[in-house]
Amino acid sequence: MTTNLKLRQFVVVVFFSSISLLPISTLSFSADSPTDRRILVLLDDVSLKSSHSIFFSSLQSRGFELDFKLADDPKLTLQRYGQYLYDGLILFAPTTERFGGSLDLAAVLNFVDSGHDVIVAADANASDLIRNIASECGVNFDEDSSAVVIDHTSYAVSETEGDHTLIASDTLIESEVILGKKKIEAPILFKGIGHSLNAKNNLVFKVLSASSTAYSADPNSKLSHPPSLDGSTISLVSVLQARNNARVLICGSLEMFSNQLLRAGVQKAGQSKKHAKSGNELFVIELSKWVFHERGHLKAVNARHHKIGESDEPAIYRINDDLEYSVEIYEWSGTNWEPYVANDVQVQFYMMSPYVLKTLSTNEKGLYHTSFKVPDVYGVFQFKVEYQKLGYTSLSLSKQIPVRPFRHNEYERFITTAFPYYGASFSTMLGFFIFSIVYLYSK
Amino acid sequence: MAATATAAARMEKASDLIPIFSTKAWKLKTKQQELLIRVSILLLVYILAFMTRLFSVLRYESMIHEFDPYFNYRTTLFLTEKGFYEFWNWFDSESWYPLGRIIGGTLYPGLMVTAAIIYWTLRFLRFAVHIREVCVLTAPFFASNTTLVAYFFGKELWDSGAGLVAAALIAICPGYISRSVAGSYDNEGVAIFALLLTFYLFVKAVNTGSLAWALASAFGYFYMVSAWGGYVFIINLIPLYVMVLLVTGRYSMRLYVAYNCMYILGMLLAMQIRFVGFQHVQSGEHMAAMGVFFLMQVFYFLDWVKHQLNDPKLFHAFLRITVSSAVGLGAIALGVGTASGYISPWTGRFYSLLDPTYAKDHIPIIASVSEHQPTAWSSFMFDFHILLILFPAGLYFCFKRLSDATIFIVMYGLTSMYFAGVMVRLILVATPAVCLISAIAVSATIKNLTQLVRAKPKTSHSGSGKGTTGTKTSSKGSFDQSLPFQRNGAIALLLGAFYLLSRYAIHCTWVTSEAYSSPSIVLAARGAHGNRVIFDDYREAYFWLRQNTPPDAKVMSWWDYGYQITAMGNRTVIVDNNTWNNTHIATVGRAMSSYEDEAYEIMKSLDVDYVLVVFGGVTGYSSDDINKFLWMVRIGGGVFPVIKEPDYLVNGEYRVDKGAAPKMLNCLMYKLSYYRFGELTTEYGRPPGYDRARGVEIGNKDIKLEYLEEAFTTSNWIVRIYKVKPPNNRW
Repeated sequence: MTTNLKLRQFVVVVFFSSISLLPISTLSFSADSPTDRRILVLLDDVSLKSSHSIFFSSLQSRGFELDFKLADDPKLTLQRYGQYLYDGLILFAPTTERFGGSLDLAAVLNFVDSGHDVIVAADANASDLIRNIASECGVNFDEDSSAVVIDHTSYAVSETEGDHTLIASDTLIESEVILGKKKIEAPILFKGIGHSLNAKNNLVFKVLSASSTAYSADPNSKLSHPPSLDGSTISLVSVLQARNNARVLICGSLEMFSNQLLRAGVQKAGQSKKHAKSGNELFVIELSKWVFHERGHLKAVNARHHKIGESDEPAIYRINDDLEYSVEIYEWSGTNWEPYVANDVQVQFYMMSPYVLKTLSTNEKGLYHTSFKVPDVYGVFQFKVEYQKLGYTSLSLSKQIPVRPFRHNEYERFITTAFPYYGASFSTMLGFFIFSIVYLYSK
Repeated sequence: MAATATAAARMEKASDLIPIFSTKAWKLKTKQQELLIRVSILLLVYILAFMTRLFSVLRYESMIHEFDPYFNYRTTLFLTEKGFYEFWNWFDSESWYPLGRIIGGTLYPGLMVTAAIIYWTLRFLRFAVHIREVCVLTAPFFASNTTLVAYFFGKELWDSGAGLVAAALIAICPGYISRSVAGSYDNEGVAIFALLLTFYLFVKAVNTGSLAWALASAFGYFYMVSAWGGYVFIINLIPLYVMVLLVTGRYSMRLYVAYNCMYILGMLLAMQIRFVGFQHVQSGEHMAAMGVFFLMQVFYFLDWVKHQLNDPKLFHAFLRITVSSAVGLGAIALGVGTASGYISPWTGRFYSLLDPTYAKDHIPIIASVSEHQPTAWSSFMFDFHILLILFPAGLYFCFKRLSDATIFIVMYGLTSMYFAGVMVRLILVATPAVCLISAIAVSATIKNLTQLVRAKPKTSHSGSGKGTTGTKTSSKGSFDQSLPFQRNGAIALLLGAFYLLSRYAIHCTWVTSEAYSSPSIVLAARGAHGNRVIFDDYREAYFWLRQNTPPDAKVMSWWDYGYQITAMGNRTVIVDNNTWNNTHIATVGRAMSSYEDEAYEIMKSLDVDYVLVVFGGVTGYSSDDINKFLWMVRIGGGVFPVIKEPDYLVNGEYRVDKGAAPKMLNCLMYKLSYYRFGELTTEYGRPPGYDRARGVEIGNKDIKLEYLEEAFTTSNWIVRIYKVKPPNNRW
């Protein structure tokens, strides 16, 4: 498997600079294998390649093919002939005011909107371009360009007193899907600018947030007015999972990914425990796994429904029919699809509002199923599975199905309670018949 | 021919009695001549009625017109393809998304079944016709049949001359043509035939007292019920007529037989139509017929008692008790039925007939339909022409020769004229009555005049002829006994009558060709050089929908276009012309009159994929959505009070220019209608964004759409289709 992969990568490299795109398309991001493969890394400075080598080599060792370019490279482009050349983008170019080539703000956003992943890292002198990319993804960096996050209580203890801009934070999001199964024990070192989440955007969420004593200000000048960002509204690392399941990681600190902080020991102020190694390495690697869809990617296939006792999918149901609904849900493990096991997947039988809402039971092999009775209402219904769970890609299945009323001959022909009426009408008819005969023929 | 031969043989046999026989033979001959002339006139009228309705096919093409006919066409197509049982049980999931509509139970199937039977018959006879052709020609065919019924009805009312005139008048009367040109495949096309047939058969039954005619009239009623909701007119007019006969002391056994048989059988038959169901015993509109039915029984019973008692005093006492108790019982039954909800109250449409202002105040959805507006005087003139003058004259003749039959036509004429004044589309119902009564006037007048002209100078004319002479002639004739003047006057008046009738024919033909043959789905206008310009934008848009959108796409538009979108575009619509769910229509009205972001939420909740608006600002087409917009606001506001009509008006004035209300300038309908319109110069010498339909420069030229994008605009901008964007990917 791996050799095969390597071989393919080789092929890619060979053809990359030349013409053909065909072999690349076999490797690109697809529904069958959602993990990214080709990643463009844009750097401000070539030295970043070596100063952040641990992070990069971790990616390369997981099979990613990194294409390092300077951010102002005049030949930069994300797509050619309408095909994207990359599946992911790492923007380690916080100071770049303009990208080279055809890359600009709109190109990056289009890249996300067509389902690709981006890691954006800013730092204290982040350019407007980077800020704009972030704000388009629902994250607003502190507008004061000289402000950085300062925390006088949960900073990382160092030999010199310093200005408490190197923060040691451990307020992480509680999600095994995003941060991996292994718990990150050591605090995470952060040095950079803070941001807040746009309240209107409900797709973006904090992964690492600052403590309640943090604030965002210029460390070199006196605080003349209240800081615009403070406390736990400051997010240090946020992620956005777009509606098309593209994932964007936004971080106010480029240094957080650097070898220096990855290797540094850490002692949080006020705590006696000194960790030999910061949590950064585990954090950024696990997070990058999530961002590049090595984890937390679900797919739903074979959504089926049929009447109980039949196997074919009907074109229309009748009210009060009993039906069975099933769907298969798998989770991508990074290399192959494995059954997804959960007890909170629900199906709705929906027409403007859910008429039936049922939790699906699973056989733990990926198949979820349930059965229910069609409500006594006709109309155009939908089977809807809206599964949105933190960290997982959202599943949104809907299948339209009309429900008709009874046909005129599907009602009961004789109702027991109506027998007096039948009796009355038949006796009247008989009586009238006899009366007619008597009236007509008796003289 | 055979009759002539035998008469000749007889003549030879009895050669002595030549003078007597020769006159007999001569008389027989005129009778035959008369028959021949009558039949050929009827045949010509029959053909004429059909031909004059073909203008629309000549001017445009063989196509279905307007709005409702598209639904009828679609259902007929379904009926011919899937058969009657599928049709009867049809649940349509393509309209009224997501509620759906039980088509089989919510339509009058008469028209579709009729067309399907014609189609199957032609197919059986090996005529390879397309169902569309059958549908297009159904209305003219039934109009032709109506002329026959009018002839027989006129004959029953007056004489065969009146019948012929009635047939000729109704064949080309614009009031009827407006709803029965080729392509106007609507219920009314068949229903007017059924209506007149039912009335004719009922009058015949009353005149003869025959059970068979009453039975036939019940079947005519059944056909009418199956074809059109206007049957309510019959089931109220006939009891009213019977009531009038009872009050005027014209109760007879004939009436008893005719009404009872017609009512009971007609009611039972009508219940077989799913859409009508138990309404005959459960709805307020039908209670009058039932009340009169019971009253008839009381009358019969009293007659019997009177016969048995033979004592006037005792009978009067009995009468008082019986009548008061019967009336009291009926009132209690009605009260209890209404209070318990068993008898439904009158519907809004019925109320608005009795009180023309009712709908305007209470039910905007009924008031919004153009054909429910009160009739303008000019349209009476336009639709009836000389009949409007002849109608009172005919009433005069009817009153002069009062009989059961003429009482009926007088009542039919007067009530339907009232309804025609209340609702413009009910001119159609009044047309047969107006034609018949006018025919009586024309026929009686001309008959009298010709008698005067023909009369030999010395014998003068018989008293009866004088008595029934027309209004002016009779007075003139009786006063001025000098024969030459009378003769000349009669000739002059006759010529005048022929002149009027020929003007009528010219007027009718002109109206038919110019006004009533437009399919309204293809628009025609005169170009700058007098040439005809055709705007085929509707079909262009619907075919675009059919070919470029996913098959399960949902299209939101104002309900007027619903039937056309489903029939021609084959796409699911949210609301359509069957306005059965006011809330659903109000939701669409609310979406159209909200700001874009609020409208987006509504459209999302209805799974709307495309929005279609009709816009006439480029072509000057005035019946577009902006002009209908206030009704959307009213209907939307009727259910959702957040929509308030004053928000869209400035000082009570509806404007779209710079002075328009801010909410108006930014609501969805305005944005969708005028999107990119500010860049367009529509007329030379006018600023860009000049709306030709309203004659103003629009007030908001810089329209940005956030949640929708333009998908298609037809070549003359009449139909504009927008796609609802998916939710923002990153928000």
